[in-house]
Amino acid sequence: MTKLNPDQINVILATDCGSTTTKAILIQKIDGQYRQTFRGEAPTTVEQPVADVTVGVVNAATEVGELAGRRLVDESGKIIRPAKPASDGQPPEGCDIYISTSSAGGGLQMLVTGVVREMTAASAKRAALGAGAIVMDTIASNDRRKPHEQIQRIRELRPDMILMAGGTDGGTVEHVVQIAELIAPAKPQPRFGSGYRMPVIYAGNKEAAKYVDETFDESVELTVVENIRPVLERENLGPARDQIHDVFLEHVMAHAPGYDKLIDWTDAPIMPTPGAVGDILQEIAKARGINVVGVDIGGATTDMFSVFDGPDGEPVFNRTVSANLGMSYSISNVCAEAGMPSVLRWVHFDMDERELRNRVKNKMIRPTTIPQTLEALVFEQAVSREALRLAYIQHREFATTLKGVQQQRTVGDTFAQQKSGQSIVDNMKLDLMVASGGVLSHAPRMEQTASMLIDAFEPEGITELAKDSIFMMPHLGVLASVHPQAALEVFEKDCLIYLGTCVAAKGRSKPGKRCFTYEITGSTLNERGEMSFGEVRLFPLGLGETARIVVEPARGFDLGNGPGKRVEREVRGGTVGLILDARGRPLIPPEDRAECRRTVKEWSESLKLYEG
Amino acid sequence: MATAYTPGLQVTDRMRYRARRVLPIAGDVLVSVGDSVAAQDVVARTELPGDATPINLANQLSLTPADVPGCMLKYEGDRVEVGDVLARTKGIFGMFKGEYASKVAGVIESVSHVTGQVIVRGASIPVEVRAFATGEVVEVMPGEGVIVEADVSFVQGIFGIGGEAFGPIVMACHDHTQEFTSDLLRDDMRGAVVIGGARMPGETIRKAIDTGVSAIVSGGMDDADLKGVLGYDLGVAITGTERIGLTVIITEGFGEIAMAQQTFELLASRAGSEAAVNGATQIRAGVLRPEIVIPVNADDKASSGGAATSTHVAGVLEVGTSVRIIRDPYFGVIGNVAGLPSEPTVLGSGSKARVLEVACESGEKLTVPRANVEIIGG
Repeated sequence: MTKLNPDQINVILATDCGSTTTKAILIQKIDGQYRQTFRGEAPTTVEQPVADVTVGVVNAATEVGELAGRRLVDESGKIIRPAKPASDGQPPEGCDIYISTSSAGGGLQMLVTGVVREMTAASAKRAALGAGAIVMDTIASNDRRKPHEQIQRIRELRPDMILMAGGTDGGTVEHVVQIAELIAPAKPQPRFGSGYRMPVIYAGNKEAAKYVDETFDESVELTVVENIRPVLERENLGPARDQIHDVFLEHVMAHAPGYDKLIDWTDAPIMPTPGAVGDILQEIAKARGINVVGVDIGGATTDMFSVFDGPDGEPVFNRTVSANLGMSYSISNVCAEAGMPSVLRWVHFDMDERELRNRVKNKMIRPTTIPQTLEALVFEQAVSREALRLAYIQHREFATTLKGVQQQRTVGDTFAQQKSGQSIVDNMKLDLMVASGGVLSHAPRMEQTASMLIDAFEPEGITELAKDSIFMMPHLGVLASVHPQAALEVFEKDCLIYLGTCVAAKGRSKPGKRCFTYEITGSTLNERGEMSFGEVRLFPLGLGETARIVVEPARGFDLGNGPGKRVEREVRGGTVGLILDARGRPLIPPEDRAECRRTVKEWSESLKLYEG
Repeated sequence: MATAYTPGLQVTDRMRYRARRVLPIAGDVLVSVGDSVAAQDVVARTELPGDATPINLANQLSLTPADVPGCMLKYEGDRVEVGDVLARTKGIFGMFKGEYASKVAGVIESVSHVTGQVIVRGASIPVEVRAFATGEVVEVMPGEGVIVEADVSFVQGIFGIGGEAFGPIVMACHDHTQEFTSDLLRDDMRGAVVIGGARMPGETIRKAIDTGVSAIVSGGMDDADLKGVLGYDLGVAITGTERIGLTVIITEGFGEIAMAQQTFELLASRAGSEAAVNGATQIRAGVLRPEIVIPVNADDKASSGGAATSTHVAGVLEVGTSVRIIRDPYFGVIGNVAGLPSEPTVLGSGSKARVLEVACESGEKLTVPRANVEIIGG
């Protein structure tokens, strides 16, 4: 891979090799600004009979090239570099850099271990998830399983690699080696073939490293990196995360069909798709100085990303994967976990539960079908609210301050004691939510997307809502590693479609009681009025427009400056507009089914969810 | 003529079936290329390493981990039985010695001076792989398994629970639209693969288990009954390891739905033949559907001219193709494609999608998304 001068990069080709499709985008410098110009896709070709990922890449690149009028692939089926302008009647050709992400073959699957579940094991899990992995299980001394059950579990799994943490530097050796003694006799088999040894990354107490090494035989390829938790008060996820990426490329990818070629083609290391999404969200949070939540809801799983200020004011990134919360393969599990009454509270008409249960199972066994009727669409969107809500609960529980940290307190802290291990995800501090995934991206009306986000995540205060136009975040995540400026420009201009802003009051009261008063002033929108508890209202504020809003909450309601305190902010418009939400936080639809139907119907009418 | 690709389930009276039968870890292959095998013949065998039991002797005997190796009476590689003393402390002046008697049998795999932990490996677990299809071994993968090929009648179901099962085909319903009620089960169906028609209630499945039926197949079932039979709400369609006493396969889907007539007639025509079935279903990457495999015997081959034919219903949608609608509001309706408009159409849900027109058996013409049909028939 050659290091290119960012100033000389004018044409960028990026692909994301997913399990079913390979998506290619072209980014070009136009009038001094980077813009995403064309996109194409083709079936991913990692399965038989083709079994070569580059075939799908070439097909997707060829489609982009045809649309762009630019030859991107030469006669020998390779991507042309560098870019050349049109000359002698020949069209322009090539790109300056080619980059790619991959989640084909089920992505990167890992087993992580630590000594204490809430401390070193949690840090190991954070490192693995942050690197873009699916964590199949977390083994810890205190995970409430007996040692032989833990060994049995390790035997059953076929991870791509194992990340071992445990012990602070200079801390326990014995407990760390005990975990190694669970892995060694289990003799875990790598997922792709028996042609290579199981990669184990050790990122625990450095003094235990040599004993861990002695515990394993030749069936394991052990690499040792810096301790993930050198002291309880600090995490050091970087070295483990980098090593995961290296092992991913050297072992996992190199054993997947055609990836040896693809690795040669790319100008930056191939990244696991969710890892790249995390990177671009961190870039945007850093560049704008904001807190961000991103979600990607798929058929089988839901990925959740967040960047929030940690206790020391530094931004902290977290990612979780809710393995069985999704809209097709896992739809039945969402209904089972949430319970059918929880799903039905978002539906404003009567449905027969027996019939619904059969429909859910039929969607599970035929996952590619789409809702034909409005009734089916409303039900699927109700399921999505519950899937997102459950995934967000899991995310908030995981994204905490470090557990096990001793805190020094003064007398002044007596009445304001904060426990360690509290969630850093604070909806009141959330500035931007980014949505992606079929049910959110392909909703017939963007009002529906905004409504699903608000109902599931319950943002508080003032929060911008956006969706990823064509799931471009993975491509931009890798691009950020090569050319951050280009990645950010495309992210703002072409990747995000702003839906608008949600202004929501935290607190609860009786329906009809005053929640807050508002005054909106802008070039196209000038309104003032009062919101009663239980109401939600939509105001038109288009893409690119802004307005100034002044909100005076009633006693007991908070919009960001504390209960009853006035808030004044500039708000951004979008394809949906400005939503004032006085339904309260937490958001609880009425328990009585008939009343719930009436209320939800009013909400959907206010937000124009199902109008023609 | 407009066409489109759509997936479908395979239902065919004659095809060359290829079964890949492999061990979970390396072992011995017991047959050779060219051998004739019956469905229940064992073709490969191996032994999984036994369960490993860690015993923390440092804790048990109140020793430091470093002292454990010096107190061992049994060493790495030694065989131990339940009650055998593994280690004895030196005591104080030769008295008050503590000892630990093993609670498990096996072989000592390791003794750690860092943790004071001893790993005892239990007896190996034998694993056998059967041929599944009555046919011929066409390939041997040394140490891994074999590929068996056979001429069979083949039916793919849409969903199943339970693993591999064997038995003769016995018809319980006289018509593909008849509900498979429990009174249709008879005592002589013990060990059989019993074929129903439309929905089978949970009561039928429970009675089939009591009767000792090997496998039960019908058009549909209610999700509530599935939950009742399993004892839990199935969240993700990855099945095959359930142990409920028989294998259950539905061919069409959940709810009130009749078995496709072609499927019913094919199974009825093979009544009395030995079948191999597998309920294992996996609906993720590498889709796996339940199967009913019925060998075609030599007489059948002669009567139909010898060469086996293979038809796969996944394929091209064109005007005239027989399809089944697989999504509400018309779930289960069967008809022929009457039109394939090329322009996307706005659906009742408000979404835009490519659609097709289906001429139903009732004479009605329905417009549905292309994603919501599957091809039936060869």
